[in-house]
Amino acid sequence: MLHQLQSFSQNSSSATGQALQAALRKVTTTEINRRGILKGAAGFVLAAHFLPGTAQAFEAYPTQGLNMPNGVRNDPHIFVSIDPDGQVTIIAHRSEMGTGSRTSLPMIIADEMEADWDRVTIVQAEGDEPKYGNQDTDGSRSLRHHIQPCREIGAAVRKMLEMAAAKKWAVSEDMVEASGHQVTHRTLGTRIGYGDLAAAAMALETPARDQLRFKTEQEFRYIGKGQVPIYDLHDITTGKAVYGADVNLPNMKFAVIARPPVVGATVKSVDDSAALAVPGVEKIIQIPVTPLGSKFKPLGGVAVIAKNTWAALQGRDALKIEWDRGEHGSFNTADYEKELRASVAKPGASVRNQGDTEAALKSSARTLTYEYYQPHLAHAPMEPPAAVAAFKDGKCEVWAPVQSPYTARTDTAEYLGLKPDDVRVNVTLLGGGFGRKSKADFATEAAFLAKQLGGSVKVQWTREDDIRNGYSHTSSVERIDVGLDADNKVTAWRHRSAAPSFLSTFVKDEGNQHEIEIGMGLENLPYEIANVSAEQCKAYAHTRIGWYRSVSNIPRAFAVQSATAELAAELGKDQKDFLIEMIGTDRVLEAKAAGLPGKFWNQYEPQEEFPFDTARLRAVAELAADKAGWGKSLPEGEGLGIAVHRSFVSYIAMVVHAKVENGTVKVPEVHVAIDCGFAANPERIRSQMQGACVFGMTTALHLGLTFEDGEVQQGNFNDYEMVRSDNFPEVVHTHIVPHPFSVHATGVGEPGVPPFIPALTNAIFNASGKRIRNLPIGDQLA
Amino acid sequence: MKITVNGVEHSFDGDLSMPALWYVRDELALNGSKFGCGTGLCGACTIHVDGEAVRGCLVSMRELDGKSVTTIEGLSEDGNHPVQVAWRDQNVPQCGYCQAGQIMQAASLLKSNPKPSDQEILSSMSGNICRCGCYQRIVSAVRQASTGA
Repeated sequence: MLHQLQSFSQNSSSATGQALQAALRKVTTTEINRRGILKGAAGFVLAAHFLPGTAQAFEAYPTQGLNMPNGVRNDPHIFVSIDPDGQVTIIAHRSEMGTGSRTSLPMIIADEMEADWDRVTIVQAEGDEPKYGNQDTDGSRSLRHHIQPCREIGAAVRKMLEMAAAKKWAVSEDMVEASGHQVTHRTLGTRIGYGDLAAAAMALETPARDQLRFKTEQEFRYIGKGQVPIYDLHDITTGKAVYGADVNLPNMKFAVIARPPVVGATVKSVDDSAALAVPGVEKIIQIPVTPLGSKFKPLGGVAVIAKNTWAALQGRDALKIEWDRGEHGSFNTADYEKELRASVAKPGASVRNQGDTEAALKSSARTLTYEYYQPHLAHAPMEPPAAVAAFKDGKCEVWAPVQSPYTARTDTAEYLGLKPDDVRVNVTLLGGGFGRKSKADFATEAAFLAKQLGGSVKVQWTREDDIRNGYSHTSSVERIDVGLDADNKVTAWRHRSAAPSFLSTFVKDEGNQHEIEIGMGLENLPYEIANVSAEQCKAYAHTRIGWYRSVSNIPRAFAVQSATAELAAELGKDQKDFLIEMIGTDRVLEAKAAGLPGKFWNQYEPQEEFPFDTARLRAVAELAADKAGWGKSLPEGEGLGIAVHRSFVSYIAMVVHAKVENGTVKVPEVHVAIDCGFAANPERIRSQMQGACVFGMTTALHLGLTFEDGEVQQGNFNDYEMVRSDNFPEVVHTHIVPHPFSVHATGVGEPGVPPFIPALTNAIFNASGKRIRNLPIGDQLA
Repeated sequence: MKITVNGVEHSFDGDLSMPALWYVRDELALNGSKFGCGTGLCGACTIHVDGEAVRGCLVSMRELDGKSVTTIEGLSEDGNHPVQVAWRDQNVPQCGYCQAGQIMQAASLLKSNPKPSDQEILSSMSGNICRCGCYQRIVSAVRQASTGA
């Protein structure tokens, strides 16, 4: 870090300086009948079946979206309105945290309804799932679950505009055509703008789905083109964009909170006299402390209420609090790592048993064991948690950067003892989410304080609060035992995982992982090996566990892709050739043949619509290798590394070019091959891949929380470092596998991170001979 | 004390140890400058003091007596400073939170060094963190604003 501080002073001399709701419902991937319709109370709940509206036959487009809490809505009257002057307003019901979904989903509606993008206004929905359907922006789901419903909304509006024009001209509907923000009389050429038709069109009932005509892919103006800039671009570049802390209300107070240094630690005594003496500090309010397993309830602690943020911060510094440290007060990372390693040394609970792995390991000519470690992580979005709340007449209104506003609303209502109808949650832009802001404890804190004050208040988390009092990503030890026969053929692969589960945030911790975590690369090794087993070994949580972008795929891809490269080196084989060899014959993974007790978790997506196709996995590996010039000769100290991983039902391979010198690694180039089905917004897919490489490099090089006596030792960007512009993956080339619309769009926000890390460490091995088995890399290259 | 912010003079009689970031945000409701770390490590709060980039979380009101401060809201009249235009041409932001600080840093760099080398761009911008990872486009945008290409 010192060199970075020096570089600041030199170079800036003037610078003084809701996923889980679904999970816990134990959703099973129900067979979705391609002919069946999932009926909802309101009648507009999306059908699993998509009827052909034209000669062009549309396939059914079922996704897990249909089974999410409150399902998927496709009622144009909810999502679209048109002003008399033709301005179209489209509701964005998913949160924007940088992936571009706030632009991409309305763009799909606008395209299908033939609206001019320059005449579209986007309005962010408040948290109201009974109205908008599921809003939990998580799991790389927004495009995957909503591309088809958005097309249905757009096609319905276009149809309604055509119906209104036909009625006005007293002709049949086939005599008119909506295009380019107006409807044209096919023979007379007469035109009428959308604004002039709006009132009549939007008064119509939504046409039946079999009455809709969908655009052909050739007719798309925006979908698949990547030419639409993000909607908030002007506001962001001029400082007008509104994030959580940017909401100001009349007579609003400012609050910061001293939270327990150890989760569950309670306030033994508090001396607030010095804090209250700070000019501007007005009040001290205690928030009840919650133990582990309290879901997204506030941690509790002592809040300082002041007339501005600075006074509140100074007041907090002046608080004298004595804590009773509680049951996690001796949690220590060094011991915990040993505990996890000991856990995977013993058999765990089987989650996959194909063939007879134990017998095969015993009878193998040689057994190789590989073990990988990843510490707890904090999300550290650039915007630390912040929220504003107002309380009046028994009702509470919140403004917050939350990924799941309806969860925030219902949780806050429950915490305050109010009905959900008496709480409103408005969604600002999110200054990064990465899973942190699916847990709206900070919004509930603001609501609680607003209620106590009977007024309005802004809660600001500092960076130290964010790093020390958030939801840690799981720490894990992944152990892989490989059996080889006398011909060095891999005959057995046993993967054991010990990692505390996010289940511990919701229910009593039994030391077991949730099916989501098991599904992320533990149960679905795609290698063609006769005997494969996977086991989860006990691991108990001592801090709040919460998923971080890409979740358990990070340690799993790191372990499996590292072990594959280690084996290749052991056998004297090329890393890429051996990877392709292990993937084996092109096939679709079958759960029963793979030795699973039930189905693959598969992101809860229907298996038949989102199969795990090893041909697609192999193809991205070959594409990335080919584009990177795999096999080319590089200077001493440089190397290419490859890794591939399927997550969020997308297939991604990366080839990283690493340059190891003076104890550090530089990445001049990355080739990313992504198969995410139909690519709705290629420009944002590229930006997500660029971002995933930076996020992956930060995670690989720097990130790790260490606990001593239950307290996180890191606190800011000096000891919890981020990749900066002086060392980042300089050029990321993204190669998108082209697919027609009929191939389901799959996740983009998260799946780029997991393959980057092992591709980097495999490249480091090829550059320097150093094998990284423990994250972060830190000073291991010195 | 007196302070000029985006061309408007204000008088201030509060806590002189308060960092400028909290003054512009909490007192003036100029929310473009962002809080990211509070210790000068991330650059999200970058403002200009008499034309030079400064971390708003580190500079106190005491140091700003009689000074002229520019925030992202005052960088240009119409939002079309060459750096802002380049940022839009390159579609740089993802979440956008750090971008005002990045833009203020880049504008300051180009004012003092209109034709920086790539190395000078990388090192000048290294005090500004982007967790989403927009660096590749940030560098392209600074280069575009510098060269017009």
